[in-house]
Amino acid sequence: MTDVSLSKEAIEKPRNQWWDVWDQFKTHKGAVFGLGFLIFITLFVSIGPLLWDVDPGKLNIRNKDVRPIYMGLFDSGAKVNWANPMGTDNLGRDIMANIMQGGRISLAVGWTAMILAVFLGTLIGVLAGYFRRLDGLLMRFTDLVLALPLLPLLLVMMLLFRDPLRAAFGPENGIFILIVTGIGITSWMQTARIVRGDVMALKEREFVLAARSIGTPARRMITRHLLPNVLSPIMVSATLGLATAIITESALSFLGLGFPSDFPTWGKILFDSVDRMTAFPERVIWPGLAISLTVLAVNYIGDGLRDALDPRIRGH
Amino acid sequence: MKLKAALLGAVATVALAPMAFADAHEGERGRDGEVKIIYWQAVSILNPYLSGGTKDVEAASLVVEPLARYNESGNMVPYLATEIPTVANGGVSEDLTSITWNIDPNVTWSDGTAVTARDVQFTWEYCTAEGGGCAQGAKFSNVTGVEIIDDKTVTVNFDGPAPNPYQAFVGHESPIIQAAQFADCLGPRAPECTDANFGPIGTGPFVVTDFRVNDVVQFAANENYRDPNKPAFATVTFKGGGDATAAGRSVMETGEFDYAWNMQLAPDVIAAMAEGGQGVPVSAFGTLVERLEMNLTNPSPDVPEGERSTVAAPHPFLSDARVREALSIAIDRELLVEVGYGQAGRPTCNLVPAPAIYASDNTACLTQDIDRANALLDEAGYMMGGDGVRVNADGVRLSVLYQTSTNAVRQDFQALIKEWWSEIGVETELRNIDASVFFGGDPGSPDTFQRFYADVEMYANNFPGTDPQAYLGAYLCDNIPSPETQWQGENINRFCDPAYDALWAELAATADLDERGRIGQELNDMVTKDSNVIVPLVDRGRVSAHSVTLGGVVLNTWDSELWNIADWYRIGDNR
Amino acid sequence: MLTYTLRRLLMSIPTLLFIAFVIFMLLELAPGDPMAQMPLTIPPEVKQQMREALGLGEPWYIRFPLWLNQFFIVEPQYWIDNAFGTNFADGAQRIISFQSRSPVFDVIAERLPQTLWVVAMSYVVGVLIALPIGIISAYRQYSVFDQAGTFVSMIGFSVPPFFSGVLLIVIFSVQLKWLPSIYDTTHVVNDWQSFKFQLQQMIMPVMVLALQTTAQVSRYMRASMLDNLGQDYVRTARAKGMSESVVVMKHVLRNSMIPVVTVIALGIPSIFGGAIITEQIFKVNGLGQLLIIALQGSDIPMVMTITFLLAVLIVMMNLIADVLYGILDPRIRYD
Repeated sequence: MTDVSLSKEAIEKPRNQWWDVWDQFKTHKGAVFGLGFLIFITLFVSIGPLLWDVDPGKLNIRNKDVRPIYMGLFDSGAKVNWANPMGTDNLGRDIMANIMQGGRISLAVGWTAMILAVFLGTLIGVLAGYFRRLDGLLMRFTDLVLALPLLPLLLVMMLLFRDPLRAAFGPENGIFILIVTGIGITSWMQTARIVRGDVMALKEREFVLAARSIGTPARRMITRHLLPNVLSPIMVSATLGLATAIITESALSFLGLGFPSDFPTWGKILFDSVDRMTAFPERVIWPGLAISLTVLAVNYIGDGLRDALDPRIRGH
Repeated sequence: MKLKAALLGAVATVALAPMAFADAHEGERGRDGEVKIIYWQAVSILNPYLSGGTKDVEAASLVVEPLARYNESGNMVPYLATEIPTVANGGVSEDLTSITWNIDPNVTWSDGTAVTARDVQFTWEYCTAEGGGCAQGAKFSNVTGVEIIDDKTVTVNFDGPAPNPYQAFVGHESPIIQAAQFADCLGPRAPECTDANFGPIGTGPFVVTDFRVNDVVQFAANENYRDPNKPAFATVTFKGGGDATAAGRSVMETGEFDYAWNMQLAPDVIAAMAEGGQGVPVSAFGTLVERLEMNLTNPSPDVPEGERSTVAAPHPFLSDARVREALSIAIDRELLVEVGYGQAGRPTCNLVPAPAIYASDNTACLTQDIDRANALLDEAGYMMGGDGVRVNADGVRLSVLYQTSTNAVRQDFQALIKEWWSEIGVETELRNIDASVFFGGDPGSPDTFQRFYADVEMYANNFPGTDPQAYLGAYLCDNIPSPETQWQGENINRFCDPAYDALWAELAATADLDERGRIGQELNDMVTKDSNVIVPLVDRGRVSAHSVTLGGVVLNTWDSELWNIADWYRIGDNR
Repeated sequence: MLTYTLRRLLMSIPTLLFIAFVIFMLLELAPGDPMAQMPLTIPPEVKQQMREALGLGEPWYIRFPLWLNQFFIVEPQYWIDNAFGTNFADGAQRIISFQSRSPVFDVIAERLPQTLWVVAMSYVVGVLIALPIGIISAYRQYSVFDQAGTFVSMIGFSVPPFFSGVLLIVIFSVQLKWLPSIYDTTHVVNDWQSFKFQLQQMIMPVMVLALQTTAQVSRYMRASMLDNLGQDYVRTARAKGMSESVVVMKHVLRNSMIPVVTVIALGIPSIFGGAIITEQIFKVNGLGQLLIIALQGSDIPMVMTITFLLAVLIVMMNLIADVLYGILDPRIRYD
């Protein structure tokens, strides 16, 4: 009983600083739009398949190459069909169902790989920049990973881990873990180098020297003084990393290293449709738009978050 | 409709070509300037003995020529020889142990020197030299020696009766190279002769002027070519790289190139390109068959390594012929052709679809029959389970892992076949593997097609020339890949039937062509119709595209596509 | 600083040797077979003989030292021989590609012109456009210019080149017929006309590649500038009455360059091997295309040599970046 009343008090008494952050965030129009779109697209791919109950893998070859419903407006002769509002592909699979299903995988791969890469990059960058003894070793390790050719690396990973992962998590989750790890561990190096450079410069700034002279321990130094000040390049890396991860996934399926061919992803739908771009522009526009707008949304959220988290801006 | 128009266009050009040629197309060498060819696989080397890659061998066919080659209907025509030796004209010995070729006295190398019997003998020495790793070694496997009779006559001796003596020095894969140029390049020294490998001296219509590895080759007309009026083109630019779509676009839509090789694209994509009006697709059929191979051994990871996918562990359900037949007749081959190959494919039930004497009249699989497939599975004891997947009394689920190489058309086929199999209660997991791994022979990789760690796999294969003996020999018991053979071996289904082995031995000893045809058909039926170990899907033709202004193109699947480039010319130049 | 540079240079030798070893073992482990691209009609025993002729019969602990010897001793000997007409190499075996059976370095040299013309040019163009965009976007945050820059660069970055490249070809080559869709690597620039043609065939690949570079660099430039514009020292400088251009271009820019220098330095090695898809689409056939063909064909000597040269570039560029940090911000000390 006492516990409840105590925690209630704790919430009510000082206004939580995250509310300030949120207030500032709300004033950033782009960020609000970005957040809105991100919520929309996440709901679209997660709830969507429950409402739009069409199997994305279901073939209907007699119903192939249906154009999206709006084509009926421009061209009365166009093959349109209310059962497939975005049209169907060359094997008669429903494009809307595929975009939904593809979005699930693309977003999951994009976010997980990006978070993994940013986490690894920040960790290694901060450690190397802050502790001079680790710098040489960690940066030479970064050089090594930068130099590794991606394709043979993934082939080796496939060779060593595909079957154990498939046995442990099933074919779909096994390959997901493999792809996410593959993309994650090969894209953290740029973030690490950038964070390290910034940390090395910050470390010699007056406020850090001051904090150190009063005996602030290293962990507190990093979390309270260094990390907040390298947040903006990390945000940029995160945004660019999301786009790269979604696109890299499609490049992997193209090389036969990605998901099995019956698992659509945005990148793969886009890639498969490039050959028929002139005849069926909608097949490249939908996945292309989905990728671009998601990345744009994350970018604006990053901008807004950075502004909101910066106490110098928040005061105004 | 679009497809039909494109098809008509292609037929029209082919029909027109010889007429135009007969009409007015004569003139001095080099009159038509430049012809530009694009291969989406780039050329690495111009020595067909060091690389068996199709792109390399075909590019080299502009320069080096064999004694005889196949024309577009699969018949042999003499090139450097005066005539085709046969038993009738005395060129082939009665006991079939030797063949004697007469070299055409009018033929000279592009450097002006004469082609002699020594060059032919040297070509054999070059390919069989120890440590050279000759890609065409199989052509010479039964040759014991090449004897010089006189300057222009040469005899090839075999280690026994050779029912098909036309392997060595016939076809674009085993052309004659110049002894003088390659004299110091035998065996392990072969790679040291970069200049010779990149610019072989030949007898063909063109000579190499510039070679850039994996990028572009430039040729110029051979001043010493035997026909003074040929070739019509003064230079050839042979560009490589990119993908089939881009190659097709550059010929049919932008008109930058004159000839695009092997357009492995969906028919609707080709048809859309052909609307560009700058070029037309052409197609021809050979022996290439896209097929499903059934694994007769158990590839499950639960089987201990060493027994997995070997004859020690029979497959739990694919070893039952009824299951294999059900899987085969559940497939609508017409639809596969429509989706994947269009005019460049036709449904087939045969492993050997051509030449006519070897092609069995086997059409049972052409009609899709889901009901019969279901009945067969019922009969085999597999009953539909609650989740739509059949299970038998022992709890064996009809769940297959279906693998192939990465390629847009193959992935479409996978999706379609998975759908049909689901209708008969078979669950399918798809897997696609990068071609460089799938077709590689790396014994350490679990994903090679020989190792076959899957239940079913799909790819295409064919045989060189017109004789299927070696091709059918792949399914002998001895050729089963296993850990002991480093997973090398062509019998990837692990099919083993003593009757098949005996019949094949009979084929190898038979010289009479009609009899060979009968045995060949019987062998073909044993692995396809009778047992469904191999499930042929599509007889795949070759589609290439040429510019509407390029005349004389005759697509040939039995030899190099560029076999008659000496006869190509520019249409509508008012010459 | 000098001692630091020298120490790092010395350190890079064992680092590079170790990297070479790791790359070699990776290629050794990777499945793949140089015979995979040969037609299936070639029987397995012939393929086995061909593998042996390529030297693949030997175990790795023989082939790795052999490669090291060829790379560090034999190849430089050949260069010296070529330059001075000496005969140090004495016919020793050079690094030979599996696919073309020719010396790997000759092929690499053949590829440099188009790589430099197209990929390096696009990198320079991309960076030169990105820097002013980044600076102006940050200085006038949330202006129309900034918003437009953000929009274009994020769309540009998230559209993969396999799509944007083909789109450009469909528009400019197929529909308008203005530009060639296939790059002519044999083209020689010797007069105005040929220079114009060179520009025409370069413009599309350069556009596609520069867009990616611009998007990336301008984002980092903008973010870093924004961080610094809010700092106290900027206020101090303005209070001292310094002109706005001096404040921005001298103080803020200099302090914002550290992440940008890092990104630019990391981008340079990727010029020589990163533009794989764009090179394939426009048939530029530079080093990226060479690398991917070699990878697909399991041409181990070629892959090994190109990747190792890239590793050398990566190590050197990161060293240069570290030295530049010290110049940009003298407070950074390494010793």
